[in-house]
Amino acid sequence: MILLTTTATDAGWPDVAQAVEVLALGGGYNTSLVMIGVALYGLAAGVVGSFAVLRRRAMMSDTLSHATLPGIALAFIVATALGGEGRSLPVLLAGAALAGVAGVGAVHVMSRYTRLPEDAAMGAVLSVFFGLGFVLLSYIQTLGTGAEGGIQKFIYGQTAAMSTADAILIGVVGTVSLLAVAALFKELRLVCFDPQFADVQGWPVGAIDLALMALVVVVTVIGLQAVGLILVIALIVIPPATARLWTDRLGRMVALAAAFGAVSGYTGAALSALMPRFPAGGVIVLVAGALFFASFLLSPRHGLLSGALRHLRLSLDIESQHVLRRVFETAESGVNTVGMDTFPLSRLALTRAWSAPRRRAVIAHLTWLGLVRAADGEHVLTKAGVAEAQRLTRNHRLWELFLINNADLAPSHVHRSADLVEHVLDGEIVRRLEEELARSGRLPGNRSVPMSAHPV
Amino acid sequence: MSLTTFLQLDLPAMLAALFATLSCALLGNFLVLRRQSLMGDAVSHAVLPGIVLAFLVVGSRATWPVFVGATAAALIAVALIELVRRYGRMDQGTAMGVVFSIMFALGVVLIEQAATRNVDLDAECVLYGQLEDVLWLAPTSLSSLADWSVWAQMPREVTTLFGALVVTSLAVAAFWKELKLASFDPALASALGFRAGIIDLGLMVLVGVVAVAAFEAVGSILVIAMFICPAATARLLTDRLSHQVALSLVFAAVAAIGGYVLAAFGPIWVGLASAVAASGMIAVTSGLILATAVVFAPRHGLLKRRRVARSATADPAHSAA
Repeated sequence: MILLTTTATDAGWPDVAQAVEVLALGGGYNTSLVMIGVALYGLAAGVVGSFAVLRRRAMMSDTLSHATLPGIALAFIVATALGGEGRSLPVLLAGAALAGVAGVGAVHVMSRYTRLPEDAAMGAVLSVFFGLGFVLLSYIQTLGTGAEGGIQKFIYGQTAAMSTADAILIGVVGTVSLLAVAALFKELRLVCFDPQFADVQGWPVGAIDLALMALVVVVTVIGLQAVGLILVIALIVIPPATARLWTDRLGRMVALAAAFGAVSGYTGAALSALMPRFPAGGVIVLVAGALFFASFLLSPRHGLLSGALRHLRLSLDIESQHVLRRVFETAESGVNTVGMDTFPLSRLALTRAWSAPRRRAVIAHLTWLGLVRAADGEHVLTKAGVAEAQRLTRNHRLWELFLINNADLAPSHVHRSADLVEHVLDGEIVRRLEEELARSGRLPGNRSVPMSAHPV
Repeated sequence: MSLTTFLQLDLPAMLAALFATLSCALLGNFLVLRRQSLMGDAVSHAVLPGIVLAFLVVGSRATWPVFVGATAAALIAVALIELVRRYGRMDQGTAMGVVFSIMFALGVVLIEQAATRNVDLDAECVLYGQLEDVLWLAPTSLSSLADWSVWAQMPREVTTLFGALVVTSLAVAAFWKELKLASFDPALASALGFRAGIIDLGLMVLVGVVAVAAFEAVGSILVIAMFICPAATARLLTDRLSHQVALSLVFAAVAAIGGYVLAAFGPIWVGLASAVAASGMIAVTSGLILATAVVFAPRHGLLKRRRVARSATADPAHSAA
């Protein structure tokens, strides 16, 4: 309890009790409304974004969101000139949607019908449209209506200004786009993973792409108010990218992306409510970013850490297997009059250029696998180690024989290939190698290790 | 408009815009050819946290700390994008989207902290620049230009951008052969023993440096437009790299001067009270030039394509030609 009461400081940092209260929707009607609205938005963006990311349309959504600015400004100018209320949200969002569609159309024309690559087309549209928007904004500023602030909130977002009507709008639009994704799930999946196949099968790939782009437009436009047009790409791209790190299955990825998006929106809005100096749009994206980088490091499937561990494990395995085979070959050569299970591994140092730490690591790995045991200050193979050394050498030499017989390689040229492949020969391949060699009468009987095809 | 106002207000702004657009267009040629156009976009967004952190640490808008902070942020962004792309097994677009949006968000959040410390900084100036604030108060008349001390008082933005232009030009001239090879055939470049990775990195460093040098005066939106539009326009008009670079520089200069004139004087010509944003107008002008080329380019334009397609359907015998 001491912790709970003393962490509140004058610097505006909230204490844990406050945080829990706000996170449990106890932070007042408006804060809770914003949190639920942004969470719904994150959910919808994550679902639609999953397909955008898989279809490699990430930067297209960025282009789209930047391209909305002149639409917003023009909608304001036109509505004001016609005597209407320029700041009305539906008017501005309609302008945003139109300009976004125009931008996407311009990218399409340029990348499809000229020699310019798609990325150049996107960059050109993004910057030119945004520049036009800025020119129009500076014009609006000269009108002296004081409305430019209201329009600039779309650039960085103004989550706190969300009204009940806005939250309902986001909820409705989000639900509609979820239903659309559910209805088009099969088509979207096909186009995301194998557009050529879809085309050959007679699916209207262009129309499906168009539907996906329409969904991205909808999600982008309703996100403008929450996170602003520069950061709207974050909620479309980051949660799906995070989800992709955890799974290879589309259904799970969409569900995870929705969850990550919702959590980012909910937590980000809560944090920003607790700390008034932190703008909501930025904090939401930072929460999403933290989830991404945590996953990037820790995900068991595609994470950096697990990848590094896997790599380490593999290189230790390979090194250990080389040691085992070398013990076998040394014992076989008869130079040492000791058996394989009494041959001290330290003697290998004479023939292998090992650094000491590397040797210790390999021996530790072999010991952990139960293939090596310590005896009288030395390390020798266990029974299992001897069997494993035999198996590895046998596989190595079966592969060499196979190459000599079936690939017409000279005996002096087969060792290198076998050296690489011996670590990954599984039972099935070994069985087929045996069959193949038995057919040509080259298979040594009773599972013994064949003689080496070349001088060891 | 008197000559003095032109010298004090318009000339320095035009020079800043011109130097910025020329440096960007020069590098843009290689970005467009290497399909890295959006890297300019990503990097110029990602420098924001570096700039803000430098402001927070130093407490002023001194040039060097900001430059160092922004360049560091640009390099971090490039490295992170490559890391995420390679080890997260994502396409480049996704990796860029993830990294630059997170870094920009970090910058936006940091700016709010800076605001409480009375540091004069907002995200708007990074996006749009403050071209109109580039003032050169020294010259009082045309004859005063003969005085060297007047030139020595050229505003910092202009001299910085001139330096960036010199550095980029020298670098491109020195590594012309390498850049050309790595842009058209990276595999051959590697096979011949050029370090394609080093060339890549060098190009990205230059992109970062130019983006940083230009952001304050012209803003990152104009930087992105100038990385892409002039080079893309030139790409539609020629197949020779040297011609393409030369043309892109011409288009960049036309966009810079034309856009500035349109923004500063255009509204007055049509009877509006005051000027509109110059950096935005320069971006729009470069876009208009690009749009013109997209439609009318003699060999790669939409109209030509259409004529070819039509004559092919009308006269199938000659469609092969």
